[in-house]
Formats: sequence, C-alpha cells, structure tokens
Amino acid sequence: MIKKFLYSQKVAPYVFVLPFILVFLFFWVYPLGSSFGMSFQKIQLGQEASWVGFSNYEKLMGDGVFLKAVTNSAVYMVLTLAVLIPFPMLFAVLINNKFMWGRDFFKSSFFFPALTSVVVAGTIFRLMFGEMEGSLINSVLAWFGIGPVKFLKGQVTGFVALVSLATWRWTGVNMLYFLAGLKNIPDEYYEAASIDGASSLQKFTRITMPLLKPTTIYVLTISIYAGLAMFIESMMLWNGNNSPKNIGLTIVGYLYRQGIEKNNLGYAAAVGIVLLAITMVINLTQLAFSGMFKKEE
Amino acid sequence: MKQRWFIVLVAMSMTLALFGCGQSPKSMGGQTSVLDGGAGEGATELSYWTFVELHGQHFEKMLGKWNEANQDRQIKLNVTVMPYDDMHNKLSIAVQTGVGAPDIADIELGKFPDFLAGTPQLVPLNDVIDPYRDTIVKSRVDLYSKDGQNYGVPTHVGASVAFYNTEILEQADVDYKTIETWEDFKQAGIKVYEATGKYMGTADTSATWQTSMLLAQQGSDFTDEASKPVVNSEQMVKGLTILKDLQDSNVLSTIAGGQPDTEEAYGEFNAGNYATAFMPLWQMSRYTNYMKDLSGKIAIAPIPVIEKGMPRSVGGGGTGTVVTKTAKDIQLAKDFLAFAKLSLDANKEIWNTLGFDPVNMDVWDMKDVTHNPDNQFVQYFQNNPFDVLNELKGEIQLIKSTSATPTINNVLCTVTLNEIFEDGRDIKEALDAAQAQIEQELK
Repeated sequence: MIKKFLYSQKVAPYVFVLPFILVFLFFWVYPLGSSFGMSFQKIQLGQEASWVGFSNYEKLMGDGVFLKAVTNSAVYMVLTLAVLIPFPMLFAVLINNKFMWGRDFFKSSFFFPALTSVVVAGTIFRLMFGEMEGSLINSVLAWFGIGPVKFLKGQVTGFVALVSLATWRWTGVNMLYFLAGLKNIPDEYYEAASIDGASSLQKFTRITMPLLKPTTIYVLTISIYAGLAMFIESMMLWNGNNSPKNIGLTIVGYLYRQGIEKNNLGYAAAVGIVLLAITMVINLTQLAFSGMFKKEE
Repeated sequence: MKQRWFIVLVAMSMTLALFGCGQSPKSMGGQTSVLDGGAGEGATELSYWTFVELHGQHFEKMLGKWNEANQDRQIKLNVTVMPYDDMHNKLSIAVQTGVGAPDIADIELGKFPDFLAGTPQLVPLNDVIDPYRDTIVKSRVDLYSKDGQNYGVPTHVGASVAFYNTEILEQADVDYKTIETWEDFKQAGIKVYEATGKYMGTADTSATWQTSMLLAQQGSDFTDEASKPVVNSEQMVKGLTILKDLQDSNVLSTIAGGQPDTEEAYGEFNAGNYATAFMPLWQMSRYTNYMKDLSGKIAIAPIPVIEKGMPRSVGGGGTGTVVTKTAKDIQLAKDFLAFAKLSLDANKEIWNTLGFDPVNMDVWDMKDVTHNPDNQFVQYFQNNPFDVLNELKGEIQLIKSTSATPTINNVLCTVTLNEIFEDGRDIKEALDAAQAQIEQELK
C-alpha cells in the first residue's frame, strides 16, 4: 500500500517537494507573519507586549540613525555589485581559457577565502586596517610616503576596508558561478565566430555575455540580497556593532542594536519588515527589467 | 556494500552534529574554565559569566576560602569570559527568556539599567547586603538598585585619578605634582610636546570617563534631577571646550582604540607615546597586566580641576554582580556573592588581586594591607595609590546611572565625541544633535 502510494506518479512530486514546503512554512512564512505582527507592538522580552499601531513605523521615519544604516547598506550593496560582478566574470573567462596556465591553482586559491570564517577574516582585516603606524596597510602606505590613515574612523576609508573584505571573500564564489555558466556555452559558437573573423572582444560581448545572462541575473540577485543583509563583516571589522559615527552600521546591525542590545523587539521587527520591503522592491524591479518574468519563447 | 558504508558514515556524522548542538548552553562560546577551589565531590556547580578576565582571579581566591569555611555548602565555579558587548547581549536574552542564563553574572554599570527595565529578571540581594551595609559606600550599592531593591553587588569605588608617565615628564622637565588645574596641565603638555614630540594625554572618543570628570567637577551630570538627558548643557559645553582646546594645543590627541582602556591603547601607552591617562583607579590592573614595560615609571595623582577647590574625583565605571532568577541554588549563590565581594576579607582581596579601591573604605586606612611591600600594585607604581585616594576621600563625586544612560553612552561614544575630536565639529552643534538623537531614541 505504502509502496503503491510512494510510486504513484501523482503523489511522488508532492512528497519530494514536501520538505521544502515545510521548511518554507516554518522558517519563512511563519516568522515573517510573526514579525509583521510584532512590528505593530511594543515588545520587551520578559515583559507584557502591547499594541501600538503604526508608531514603530512613524518613529522609524524620523530616525536619523536608521536612515544612516539604510544608506550604508545601499552604498555597500552598490559597491559590491560594481566589484563582484565584472571581476569574477573576467576571471572566470580567463580561467576558462584553454591556454590558461595553472587553472586549478587559481580556481582553488580564489575560492579559498570563502572557506575562512568571517569572524577570523574580519578580525584580520581589522588588524590590517588598524590606525597605528605599524599596521599592515599603513606600513605599506609609508613606503610611498603617505602618513598613517585612520581607516576605520572615516566613512570612505571605512568602506574601502569593508569592500576589500567582501572582494577578498566573495570573488572566488562568484567566479565559480560564472565558470559553471561558461561550461554551458558550446564551443561551436566560438569556432563559428572565429571563422567569421570575430575578435576576442566581440566574442566576449556578443557570445559570452548574452549567454551568461541567466548566471549573471542569479549572481546579481543573490549579491543584492547579500549586500543589503550584510552584518557580521561590519561587526568584526569594527569589533562590535558600534562603529565611530555609525559609519559601518547596516540595516541588520540596526535591527540587532534595537532588538538584542536594547531589547526593543517591536521596533526591531519594523526595521526587519522595511529591510524586506527594500530588498523585494529592488530585486523584483531588477528581475522585471532583466526579463525574468517573461514567458520563455 | 559501498552504499551501506556511506549510510553509516552519514548517520555517524549526523549524530555527532546533534551531540554538538546538545552541549551545555551555559558555556555559550567565550573562554570557560572550571574553578574548584578545593571543593569535594558533593559541591554545587555554579556558572559565572564575566567580561573581565581578571574578575575570575578574584573569585578563584574567594572560592577557596568559602569552600574551606563552608564544608557543607561547597561550590565549584564555572567561569566564562566573553567580550563586553557579546556577554551583555547574551545575558540579556538569556535572563529575559529564562533559558540558558548563568547563576551569577557581572553586569557593567553602563548596561545595568537595561537589566532593570520592567520587572527585573534578577534576584534582589538586600538580605545578604544588609549585614555589610554600614561598612560599604552607599552610593555604589544604589547604582545597582531599583525601587529600594538592590540587584547588584558592587566591586569598587572607581575613584578617578591621573596616571602620569614620569619618564616622559622628566624629559620635558615637568613635575606632575605641580599640576592642579587644567591650565597647569595645558602648560605642562605644551612643554612635553615641544621637548619630546609626544602627547601629554588622550582625547577620548569611545568612552565618557573624561567628560564625566569635567561634569562632576562642575556639580553637573548627563541627566537632570528628573533623570532626563541633558547632554547639551552649559557644563557639558564648557568641559568639552576645555578638552578640545587641549587637543588643539597638541596636549591631547586621539588614540587608537578611542580611550586608554583598550588593547590598542595599551600598546600605545606601553610604547611611551602618551604621558597621561585619566581613568578610574581600576586602570591600575591594566597597567600591571598589559603594560608591564612601564613598571616603576607611573605616578598616581589627583586629576586637574577647572578651578582650585572643585572636587577632584568621580566614581567611574563599575560592575554589579548579580544572581539570576533561574539560578539553580539562589540562596547559595547570594551568600557566596556577598562573601566574595562584601566581606572584609573580600575587600582586602579585591585590592590585593585586582588593584581596585574597595567599597569598604575601612580597608583604605589599613596600612598593612594598602602598603604591603609584596603587593604587585605597590611595587609597580611610584607612589602608593591609597595616599592619593585618602587625600581625595571626601571629593569623590557620582555620575548617575539611569534608564537613559545606555542610550546617552551609545550616542556620545559612537557619534558625538568622534565628531568633536576627529572631525572638529562645533561642540554646541554636535551636542545639540546628540540631545535630539537621544530624545528621539528614548521616545
């Protein structure tokens, strides 16, 4: 009986997707609904919760620190997109080249940082970008006659450190996505293009880039999400959630500050809902523009 | 066959992973060590979280004494040391959810009001504090109290003093004993900078020790009588103007780490790049533990004042040790805590081990304890700390800790002080912005 049930062509697909549906319901739909409800309440752990209507959202609109966090997250996202899409794509194309020497070595060495814990990497970057004369980056700058820079105290220099960390860490991962995409492009296309006398650049822009589009859209989507949801990198780089002048504060960092550090869970839930809204709007717009919702012809 | 091995392997790794998840929630990362203090088999195991590694050393000493004196109520102490923010955040979640909290924990003064919000999930300690109430400084217990209930046991008075590196001062022919006012300090600092190229002191951006000192001298505070924040007061502007002027005259400079009590700053002081630190007395333990190169070079003196006659010290920082409501043996934890921190013996050990100024001020006059030549602090510093403390005894002011304090600290230490000392923003403007931000956050 059970065998018959499991072998049924109608039932089997549902059985296979069931784990996903359950995980989706338990870990996404339920927490989301619950957060939405919480965002209209004043909640302190250990105390009685009370409904406060839209007041959390009203407070959020006039909150300069929240605005700062949103700006930081948005800038970080844009900068990581600017670095982590073109360069990994370029490296993937180079590594994929038949004449490339030491391919596997480069592949693994680019990927290696992704295996390192963010905590360790963040701590090392904090020391590298330290403000003392003896810290690594400052000693390098000293060779060029540039005085010590207080990297982690300035907005621009702080972001240099933050984006360097992201670049170091994620270039290899994105490169692997692009390499996988490149494997799907048949060699015949390039051969045909060569016969037609196409240059390398033409091959790249006319064949590689268009055919990599699905991969690019995927990488773009996850990078937008990762950029907006970044938290631990900043926390490690500034040794805590409180960077000078909040230069490294992200939306999730602000959620953590309100929810965990200040035990103001209702307000934190409102921050989370706004973060979700921002991410959805950006990603859906991006997907719509890139034609992902059009029916395949 | 291969498949079967694969299944066994997967099952084993999953079991191991599950075991990993099932570990005691009380270690929660950080460094954990078990102190048995000579306890026997039947000892009760209590867990203790702290953010200061040195506090564990004091408890270790007192644990041995407790176990010896209380054979039938022996204790083993599971000490977990975590970074400051990390520990307070985890503790906050643990006590409020009622899951995973330790039996005993240290809570820093600046974070304490957060733990007193609503109905505190901490155990009132009045009954065990009562026997010692007449011997300890009242204001230090009041710091950790709400509605007449005392929730934390204090560690020290934290009288603020100046730590001068006399080696640097001598190079500039400056005698720290002649420094009484901030103007004297400025003149000395100018001489030091000209002679050595080194800074006289630090302009702190990530802590409010200095700001508190200048407010206390003027009889002011970060909050008013009704405990409402007033960070843009006249006194605040005056205090910060003095510090900013010192910075502009190359007397003070910002320091890596933002204040003297950070790892980066220990390195800077150790290297002799700054001649002075204005800190509560507990900074002594940082000198003996992390700045060993300066042994024999540091002298302790009262902090300068704006005008002669103003009070020359303020109680700075503090740790309230608490017992959580979920503690497995509340009475035992309370009794041990009082014994370990409030008894006369404990107060002597707080000085001996930690180098703190004990809350039992009788100890301040016990020459055999305070001037013991074997004591590491007596050996390290040029003059005896208690000679200075006793001189200041009647001048130690108090900065209140209210429910607004965590927010005030957060805004000042992340934004305002950085704007003033790193970016040179107008002081009044920066303080007005801070006041607006604090009010907005406390709405």
